[in-house]
Amino acid sequence: MGAASGRAVLPELGQVPWRARTDQRYLRRNARTWTVWTLAYAIPFPAAALALVLLEPLAFPVALACLAHGWIIPELYAFRGASVLRPKGPRNERSEVAAQGLLGDLLDHEPRELQHATGLAMQHAGFGVWLVGEAGALLIPPGGRRVHCFCVRTTDRELPPSDRIAHLLLALRTDEEGFATVANHAFCGAPWRVRRRMPERMRPALDAARLAARAA
Amino acid sequence: MSRLIRMDHTGHTTLAEWTEADQASFDLAVQQFHSELDDGFIAVHDQGAGQAEQLRELPRDAGLVILRRPIAGG
Repeated sequence: MGAASGRAVLPELGQVPWRARTDQRYLRRNARTWTVWTLAYAIPFPAAALALVLLEPLAFPVALACLAHGWIIPELYAFRGASVLRPKGPRNERSEVAAQGLLGDLLDHEPRELQHATGLAMQHAGFGVWLVGEAGALLIPPGGRRVHCFCVRTTDRELPPSDRIAHLLLALRTDEEGFATVANHAFCGAPWRVRRRMPERMRPALDAARLAARAA
Repeated sequence: MSRLIRMDHTGHTTLAEWTEADQASFDLAVQQFHSELDDGFIAVHDQGAGQAEQLRELPRDAGLVILRRPIAGG
């Protein structure tokens, strides 16, 4: 039985015995760490660029390199976060029809429509609102000001895309804390940083999840 | 009619169907259920409202039981 909730524990937790079970406190601490990390890149590099130009205008090229560092590194982190949702693996178009039918049966009407349009399944849970993709998931905690990006997948990569989503969705519904523990945390930051790097088709799902998280 | 299905490369495959009254079909389903668990599948009963339960035994009145593969961090 689950340590925290009294519910069943995800069996996959046995693969990561060294990880502490993810909880609200872990997510908040992780979010703060990511904020500090981002500021550590976004402030010193531009400040150094400004100081260089003020001290020696001929150091302009070096100042530009500093600015580029301050911009590119946070961009790369956000890109890594958005990448967890990118479609990966074979499309299996023939079996995808049956898989889509099963996934549709697992979703209520509105999430089903959203999943059909965007490829992401929305799920309300204890930590907030989740968006589940083929090989990753986003978590938008209540308030909608942040997004956590998780890299997680089924061990059978040859499954049709909707089955891969259904695998993750069922695991999430079985044990949310366990799901977040098994998944690799890839990024945490402002939703706009992730949104602009998401495939265009998926962006309405993030908008809908943020709205739902604000109302939560 | 309850069903045991496995998510696989075909989308999904129905492995067994049974009714509460039909002991023979239920016994076959239980046999199939344990065989799949031995092969590393995880059995889940989706309860709706965002909740699912992992099963180690096949309930006679399950409705729909889904077999999935394990997940892992990417």
